[in-house]
Amino acid sequence: MSGLIGKKIGMTSVYDADGRNVPCTVIQAGPCVVTQVRTLEKDGYESIQLAFDDISEKKTTKALQGHFAKAGTTPKRILAEFSRFEAEHRKDFGESISTDIFIIGEFIDVSGTSKGKGFQGVVKRHGFSGVGGATHGQHNRLRAPGSLGASSWPSRVFKGMRMAGRMGGDKVKAINLKIMDIIPEQNLVVVKGSVPGANGSYVKIERWS
Amino acid sequence: MNKPELVKLVESKTALKEFPKFKAGDTVTVNYTIKEGNKERIQSFQGVVLQLRGAGTTKTFTIRKISGNIGVERIFPFCSPNIDSIEINKRGVVRRARIFYLRKLRGKKARIKERRYKAAN
Repeated sequence: MSGLIGKKIGMTSVYDADGRNVPCTVIQAGPCVVTQVRTLEKDGYESIQLAFDDISEKKTTKALQGHFAKAGTTPKRILAEFSRFEAEHRKDFGESISTDIFIIGEFIDVSGTSKGKGFQGVVKRHGFSGVGGATHGQHNRLRAPGSLGASSWPSRVFKGMRMAGRMGGDKVKAINLKIMDIIPEQNLVVVKGSVPGANGSYVKIERWS
Repeated sequence: MNKPELVKLVESKTALKEFPKFKAGDTVTVNYTIKEGNKERIQSFQGVVLQLRGAGTTKTFTIRKISGNIGVERIFPFCSPNIDSIEINKRGVVRRARIFYLRKLRGKKARIKERRYKAAN
């Protein structure tokens, strides 16, 4: 899995070679610095840790300051591990990786934290259909969940019963997004379709080979 | 909401096209290319402009016509490479920027008064 950490910038649309209008998300990805290399001998698995987006030293703890100083870089905001990084794109400790690991036209996965929706009912949260109509005595039951189960057996509500509650703010991965364009000067990757999270939130871009 | 600079940078790769200016209530003909297999030909769509929407390269306009007895609407992006040309057939007097009320009207009620304008405009 090769990849980068990025920041969602916003959405727009571009035209492909056939003149079709394609909705796109602009992601500022990298350059990411390799701040740690995990090896099979020492850690039991292979991966590299990448760091992205500068932050002032004042906002960084002493422990992290030392971690970044060891890699010879400025403090960063986000750290993420990428296991089984492809050997051809893999960089050594302290070196940086940029958008040139991606090719226009290939497919990638983007994961991020979805927008928080707050406390939501079952209709929005789980796609229940609610009560069909407003008449036949349904004066306040339009979006109610209905029955939670049978009565004397099992005399309890099963675990995992879908109910109202906090929605959103989960880790979501959008898979198989096509790369429409890459602008290396500004580290921009333009992918087809939408990406989880609000504008300005951080996302992880992965490519499985 | 303003678009971030970096989104504008991506959009700047799409070329803006120049068309005669029109607004809601005008009757226009859009000539656009369609592909049939390997052949390309030009087809036209004439109708009343309902709205202009968006800005820059993502700006679009909606056209409505009555085909047979059925209303047909099409949304064209201004920057679409498939648009060959746009002709203005009539300029209408309307008080709104978006004339969705036209959807509910049929026959004589769906008429729009013609606006006088200078030829140079």
